[in-house]
Amino acid sequence: MISLSLANVIQLSYSSLSYAALLFLLASGLSLIFGVMRIVNLAHAAIFLFSGYIALEFYNIIYGDASIMPRVIQALAWAAIYFAWRGLSRPAGEGRAFLGILGAYLIVEILSSALWDFRFYELFFPVIKLQKIDKVSFIGLSFAIAASVVTIALGGMFIERFFLRRFGKDTLAQVLVTIGFAFILQDGSLYTWGGDNFIFEQPWPFNTSVVIEGISFPKYRLFMILTAILVALALFFGIECTRLGAIMRATVDDPEMARGIGINTNIVSMSIFAIGSLLAAIGGVVGGAFFGVYPGLDFEVLPYAFAVVIIGGLGSLMGAVVGSIVVGFMENFGTALFPELAYFALFAPMAIILAIKPTGLFGKG
Amino acid sequence: MLNNANRRNVYIVLAVFAVLAAVTPFLDLFLQSLVTEILVFGILAMSLDILLGYTGLASLGHAAYFGVASYATAIVMTKKSWTFTYAIFTWSDSAGLGIFYLLALGILVAIAFSAFFGFLAIRAKDVYFLMITLSLAMVVWGLAYRWSAVTEGDNGIIINERPSLFGISLEGGLPFFYFTLCVFLICLGLLYLITQSPFGHTLVGIREREERMEMLGYNIWLHKYLSFIIAGTFSGVAGVMWTLFNLFVSPPDVELITSAEALFMVALGGPATLVGPVIGAAIIRSLQQFVSIYVERWPLILGSIYIITIMLSRLYGVDGILGFASKFRSSSAASTDAKS
Repeated sequence: MISLSLANVIQLSYSSLSYAALLFLLASGLSLIFGVMRIVNLAHAAIFLFSGYIALEFYNIIYGDASIMPRVIQALAWAAIYFAWRGLSRPAGEGRAFLGILGAYLIVEILSSALWDFRFYELFFPVIKLQKIDKVSFIGLSFAIAASVVTIALGGMFIERFFLRRFGKDTLAQVLVTIGFAFILQDGSLYTWGGDNFIFEQPWPFNTSVVIEGISFPKYRLFMILTAILVALALFFGIECTRLGAIMRATVDDPEMARGIGINTNIVSMSIFAIGSLLAAIGGVVGGAFFGVYPGLDFEVLPYAFAVVIIGGLGSLMGAVVGSIVVGFMENFGTALFPELAYFALFAPMAIILAIKPTGLFGKG
Repeated sequence: MLNNANRRNVYIVLAVFAVLAAVTPFLDLFLQSLVTEILVFGILAMSLDILLGYTGLASLGHAAYFGVASYATAIVMTKKSWTFTYAIFTWSDSAGLGIFYLLALGILVAIAFSAFFGFLAIRAKDVYFLMITLSLAMVVWGLAYRWSAVTEGDNGIIINERPSLFGISLEGGLPFFYFTLCVFLICLGLLYLITQSPFGHTLVGIREREERMEMLGYNIWLHKYLSFIIAGTFSGVAGVMWTLFNLFVSPPDVELITSAEALFMVALGGPATLVGPVIGAAIIRSLQQFVSIYVERWPLILGSIYIITIMLSRLYGVDGILGFASKFRSSSAASTDAKS
């Protein structure tokens, strides 16, 4: 056991808060998705990692020498497949149209690789070479967040529309499908962007530290905290004061009645899944300068996200705030005090809370 | 106790394993080791079936008990500074009983962990149960990964040789296969007896209608808890066998991926059938071995298999492969009957 001086405690509290900010960005989406759709999204951390890579590729396109053409071709290729599927599913049915396109694709793939040594799948899944980017401006960061938020939101809508919606309340099926997506996203990012470790450069106004009384406070962490506060306020406001928020709350309370008065609950679920995913995407981009991006990061942060929602209670925004602060402090102080057993320091209070209240501090059950 | 259909199924399963025991010596080394691996993961999948299939509790942390037992085995065999456990190991090994000592120890550790974790997790329901088991398993993973003084961290623990059985060397693939087969059959038999016992039927009752069982006076919590510990125990057996088979333990053995794979094996083969999960294990492990030869993107393929299997099974409303088989059989039987 190491004793901590006051300066250490202040510094640790600062890093705990910034860590909590990141955890909030990660866990609030998980909590939101669960609250509305009753889905435990195990792919959530993979989305977090994926968005980090998207931001990195975005930096590479803007500041480095990566080309955007593979992405344009990819978008066109997928659009062609989608419209072919839509066209075929009217006469043949969705499932058959899908199998037909898959079969046609496999034949073309085998033929093209055998005859011309051309790998068709590289059009759909391009391999991008990344480099470390040295100077990132604040505007670059903002646009990177925008880019990955848009991509992830669209991807989230796709996953919800075509997969998760079909399982209703079947927990096991949801879990296995979201794990399937976690594997696919994880291995897909390894395939697309390679296995190197990247850490983002901190953007200009935030790349220095403020030193007060000999304690240094990195400004980037303040930026993380501010982002999380901004997102939390936007969520509170959005849920409590807007029409979409009212519709969403109605859907949570009584989906049948909500459908009865003409709310399209399908669209609500889809947008909630998209919003939850894009929260993780913001976390992924902002956290890229903190954790870095590397394969395996997703399964490393997933337990923390779960700890947050288990402590705070699934489906509660307040719970996500409190839970992330608790976990942030536990993790930082635990690592400082007993590094080898930090996991125990994190999960022991979680176990105690669960023993007292299985739905977490703010959960409704 | 056995009705005719059950008796016939038992005969079929026994016949399959008799054939397996007879055929394996003629297979090449790669296939022999694949069959052994399938048996080990079969034990893991069967143990989870008690929890998922019979009791209806989806645990996403089943690799924890598997993992602690494998680590316990490896640590006892290699850690000479832990004089007490190591002395018992060398002493029992010189008597040819080392393997039983390891099994007993692994089982004890798995029981201890599952008793503690179950105590925390059983109160929770559905999704909460799933997340708590997952988080608890991550604690074990964290220990394996960070507590490097004992677990060697990321490097894992390498074991030099297998202990012998009554002086018979198990170093070769074939003797070890037969030993694994014996352990597997004992586990299968015990689990089968458990599921056919009144206790097992109570578990199914809890799965189907918990409130009614509670009304009838059954102690729900205790039944779930015992089921959790039984599952953990057999998972521990699988863990010990895995270490002895692989002669290597590392944090990925405890990872979420392993837990998810066990869950998927059960879902793929057919829950609440015991044999189904073994079929699931066979499919997943052999696919992994064969696919890994040709492509390096195994997780990508595994993820796609998860999604496709679940989509198909929910589309056609069947539970895994055995569920599909029984539906097929009943639909062909129904063609002779009038449609109900």
